[in-house]
Amino acid sequence: MTTRRARGRRWLAAAFVTAVVAAGCGGGGRDGGSPRVVRVSAAASLTDAMGDIERLFEETVTDDVDVQVNLAGSATIRAQLLEGAPADVVATANPAIMDDLVAAGIVDEPATTFATNHLVLAVPGGEPDAVTGLADLADPDLFVGLCATGVPCGDLADAAIAASGLDITADTREPDVRSLLAKVAAGELDAGLVYSTDVTGGSGVDVVGIALPPELVAITSYPAATVASSSNGDLANRFVDFLTMPSARRILSDHGFGPP
Amino acid sequence: MLALSIVVLPLVGLLSRAPLRDLPGLLTDPTVTAALRLSLITSVAAAVLSTVLGVPLAWVLSRVDFPGKRLVRALVTLPMVLPPVVGGAALLFALGRRGLVGEPLAEATGIVLPFSIAGVVLANTFVAMPFLVVAVEGALDGVDRRVEGAAATLGATPLAVFGRVTLPLIGPSLRAGIVLAWARALGEFGATITFAGNLEGRTQTMPLAVFVALTEDQDAAIAISLILVAVSLTVLVTLRDRWWRRA
Repeated sequence: MTTRRARGRRWLAAAFVTAVVAAGCGGGGRDGGSPRVVRVSAAASLTDAMGDIERLFEETVTDDVDVQVNLAGSATIRAQLLEGAPADVVATANPAIMDDLVAAGIVDEPATTFATNHLVLAVPGGEPDAVTGLADLADPDLFVGLCATGVPCGDLADAAIAASGLDITADTREPDVRSLLAKVAAGELDAGLVYSTDVTGGSGVDVVGIALPPELVAITSYPAATVASSSNGDLANRFVDFLTMPSARRILSDHGFGPP
Repeated sequence: MLALSIVVLPLVGLLSRAPLRDLPGLLTDPTVTAALRLSLITSVAAAVLSTVLGVPLAWVLSRVDFPGKRLVRALVTLPMVLPPVVGGAALLFALGRRGLVGEPLAEATGIVLPFSIAGVVLANTFVAMPFLVVAVEGALDGVDRRVEGAAATLGATPLAVFGRVTLPLIGPSLRAGIVLAWARALGEFGATITFAGNLEGRTQTMPLAVFVALTEDQDAAIAISLILVAVSLTVLVTLRDRWWRRA
């Protein structure tokens, strides 16, 4: 019984070693054709732009490279990285969250600011005049959505509402801007405060954007940085640099992002 | 051993991060108590709704032959395997403000289910009721039909047969089904956040509070998680000792 169990354990160990060696070869065997991987953890508001940047980077960078994008609310990305989730590049929707990652030693300083964005009011497409401005949101009969507190778009929205002095209460606080956008587009919410980039049309959802009054325009900037533990630091640095190059800059502005 | 560690290790990890000293403060935090109260209300309501609607459905599935019964049975159990977020989206398309039924409902009565407590109960019932139906239908299939027949020949009405004979026979399974449905409703996340949104005090149940708190205040998230683990364990241990063995 003992021998059989010991043999079983040895077999398991052998299988484990084989698997690890195989995985190691796969990862290192660039000449063998498997591409080098750059794992990018990016804010949900970058969803569409990052998809285009990913393709361009893969096409224009000489090495065989595979960019893998992990999209989530910036606060979720911070939590993932603090818990040791693997990533080579991180891009967040505000500097405060990046500062937390710098303070925790997760990313290499300094972070590169590569884009800006601002809040707009989003209303469902095909429903003109139901909501024409922020003041309409004080109507308790309307369904209003905001991002959750702690998520960059939620904190920006709270600041803008506080500055407006209006009595606006949310019916839902969504964990990231894309799920908020989806509920506005579905017509379940009458309005939501989202990023201007979410309503440019490139996002493929049926919403109309209404600009906030100039005194309430809340702007956020997007920093990107290389993760300190990255095993592909050189490639990660190139990706971060790439974000500020004219070709990537053009993609970002096509999606409505402002210059850094 | 490996199988056990896959199940147990995450729990140990959770416990290892438990902020024991701050636990009393965290558990009395307004966000936590609001989520706890809402979770209790909605999960009990979902269990009641599942029972009221699910027992007759289970009886029909067990006792009545009709064309397409296998399809109906498959449809009833679908939410058990369907990703809950898909269920939530499906609920939106059916009962949302612009949904198939939701739009006429809102126009006729002004009732809007998304972003309301009723929406949470509905999402919970959607995922929880199949557990009750499966448990009760299985028990009904196992009832000796001659006992029911004997009661009927002695002059009992069908309803009396069900209440006096069938119900006591399936009692243990019914209770297990109710508790399983309740526990499933208590843990519901995907359908709830998709259909009912996330608002503290109105639709933010405990699993949603955990999800939001994880990115903001991890200690609070762990504290709420510990409540959910404790409740789930209590339910399972009670079920096993009191009912499953006797049934």
